[in-house]
Amino acid sequence: MAENSRSARETVERTLDSTLESVDSAEELASELAGRAGFDDEDLLKIGMAVRESMVNAVVHGNRYNAHKKVRLAVSGGERRLTVKIADEGEGFDIEHLPDPLAPDNLLRSSGRGIFLIRSFMDEFQIRRLEGGGVELTLVKYQAGK
Amino acid sequence: MSVKLSTRQVGDVSVIDVTGRITLGEGSSALRDSLRELVGNNQKKILLNLGDVSYIDSSGIGELVSGFTTVTNAGGQLKLLNLSKRVKDLLQITKLYTVFDVHDDEAAAVRSFA
Repeated sequence: MAENSRSARETVERTLDSTLESVDSAEELASELAGRAGFDDEDLLKIGMAVRESMVNAVVHGNRYNAHKKVRLAVSGGERRLTVKIADEGEGFDIEHLPDPLAPDNLLRSSGRGIFLIRSFMDEFQIRRLEGGGVELTLVKYQAGK
Repeated sequence: MSVKLSTRQVGDVSVIDVTGRITLGEGSSALRDSLRELVGNNQKKILLNLGDVSYIDSSGIGELVSGFTTVTNAGGQLKLLNLSKRVKDLLQITKLYTVFDVHDDEAAAVRSFA
């Protein structure tokens, strides 16, 4: 059963509160869908971590735990790729001016590694400022051999 | 599962055994509290056993770095023990692996404290 159902396209969308519980549930949801799409354990870990870091970015730095602001999550799997979109309602940030966490002067900083880890773990990463406020992160992972 | 920490003494070295996930929220704050308590009690030799840590995120990495800085600034040493491949990989891609003194054997790690 596995092969056909694992390669079928599947999309799940959620509107989530700006809480750490949402971070956990988004990570879990993306990992489950990626598992059904046939990604191996190593990729599942990377996808889970990248989604977690993206959700933390949205909940903590974007929406700042504001109960009135939501995070929109869309996970789409199948055809040997997984696409995750995470949008917040925050003020946005300028990715060009994020400090390089690998620079010697920044190595011992206690924060600032989230976006770096997302880039490291996913095959594609895009950031888009939304009309009306907020930022949308798009993460793409291809299955090995693609 | 979140994180569980327990501290034991091996000679004059405080060993913190960490189990579970070190992530933003309870996990990273528990680690921060444990390290600050030891530093507050003037413990200078701290060995962080991460052998049963299944997962660590950027916040957890930040707490390791922050703990390292806190202990070092207090005149102490913070060393790491039993890194899983996942944690080791994370420290390597963030270029932090060489910042920490990392050990695979507890007895050798304890002896390595000056």
